[in-house]
Amino acid sequence: MAATRGGERWATARLLSLVERGGPLADEVAERTWALLHGDATVDAISGRRANRAHVVGVTGPPGAGKSTLVAVWTTRLVERGHRPAVLAVDPSSPLTGGAILGDRVRMAEATAAGVFIRSMATRGHAGGLALAVPGMVRVLELAGFDPVVVETVGVGQVEVDVASAADTVLVVVTPGMGDAVQANKAGLLEVADLFAVNKSDRPDAAGVRRDLELMLDLSDLTGHGRRRHDTRTDGWSRPAVVSTVATTGAGVDELADATDAHLAGLAAVGTLVARREDRWRAEVRSHVDHLLLETSRGVVSGLSVGTGAPAAVARELAAGLVGGAEGDR
Amino acid sequence: MSGSTDRPPVRVVLAKLGLDGHDRGLKVVARMLRDGGMEVVYLGLRQTTDTIIDAVEQEDADVVGISMLNAGHLTLGPRMVEALADAGLDVPVVIGGIVPDEDLPAMANAGVAGVLGPGATAEEVVACVRAAADARG
Ligand SMILES: Nc1nc2c(ncn2[C@@H]2O[C@H](COP(=O)(O)OP(=O)(O)O)[C@@H](O)[C@H]2O)c(=O)[nH]1
Ligand SMILES: [Mg+2]
Repeated sequence: MAATRGGERWATARLLSLVERGGPLADEVAERTWALLHGDATVDAISGRRANRAHVVGVTGPPGAGKSTLVAVWTTRLVERGHRPAVLAVDPSSPLTGGAILGDRVRMAEATAAGVFIRSMATRGHAGGLALAVPGMVRVLELAGFDPVVVETVGVGQVEVDVASAADTVLVVVTPGMGDAVQANKAGLLEVADLFAVNKSDRPDAAGVRRDLELMLDLSDLTGHGRRRHDTRTDGWSRPAVVSTVATTGAGVDELADATDAHLAGLAAVGTLVARREDRWRAEVRSHVDHLLLETSRGVVSGLSVGTGAPAAVARELAAGLVGGAEGDR
Repeated sequence: MSGSTDRPPVRVVLAKLGLDGHDRGLKVVARMLRDGGMEVVYLGLRQTTDTIIDAVEQEDADVVGISMLNAGHLTLGPRMVEALADAGLDVPVVIGGIVPDEDLPAMANAGVAGVLGPGATAEEVVACVRAAADARG
């Protein structure tokens, strides 16, 4: 861990593997990372940011929208602006074989050359595991001094969307064509967005997509439908900025970098950043509770026979004991 | 899921070293490895030893798979092994390409963990990469 803090990339990579793998060792690494990040951090009274905490940015959107390409040019730009970005790029594992082809680095050669730390990650079949592993991996990257830490996921599964949404800033990438704004709306992507990139704006129908998007945002504005839970503590829903980009040429990337910075500054200014991070912490605790309960209940239930009684009644009786059992396991 | 007893999937960085044009063969190999239960970090074409080392380090890879132009193997294979060692990375290298039988001992001497010819079956590809990963421990 000392090597990770010292900026040794191999050490960071090892810690990421440990946390990704799950189990007791992962828990230990995650707990010590937490202690290191929070133990000696001083809270900046004005920004609410801890001295060594990173701006966590989730990036999601339909497959093929250009997320990886955009993240690559954007993080390269951030390096030029003096930041040290890291990217965690999540792609699905094959449910049949457990294997995966992680191709995001193909689009990120320039960013790698600029010094961006990129880690590819497969979902590894267990949907719950992703929600457990990613926040811990983000903290390992924070500990290594990376800022921002970017998490890219494919915005199709609920878990993937949730994982990208567990961020200070959520960027949703939409495009003309297959992954248009209406599709994104259906996938629930509009509700989680703090910021939109209309990528592939070199395509002829880009203006139409942008118009559709703005219309849907107008509607959300009126109905409050798109309101994020954790923003209700402040004066309400703030309309996401929309940036048009062409990731393959870099057009619009400066505006994107400005917009992500502005979003973080805005959160800090209205005091939402702390609230959002507290909500994220609670969600993470909840994922761990769910996981522990699930593991314990599997074990207990597999030993039961039908003669025990009516399912709901048996479950009620077991539930109380399960919590104690989960604690006892730790 | 999270039991530390079940081994995580083997992670392979897969790249084409050198300047030649197409990646069809590399993609086929990627699919074979995925179907063999491995996680393939696919780098694609036109990689250098430097770009491969960046990826191996950041991805905590178990094995490096490189494919290369005909006749590149005698220089590029050993150079890759050496570059990894210089970077302090103890990661085996498996090479795909047309390697004449008489060159195999030289490759082994240079520390190349495995050589796969163009006719290798999916089973052979997966077994070779797995053996390289296992030998590393
Ligand atoms: N025309 C055009 N193509 C793009 C743009 N951004 C990305 N692409 C292409 O879209 C494809 C998918 O990009 P990728 O970044 O892998 O998408 P991801 O699946 O969302 O990560 C690639 O072939 C990119 O070159 C863009 O702004 N314009
Ligand atoms: Mg991608």
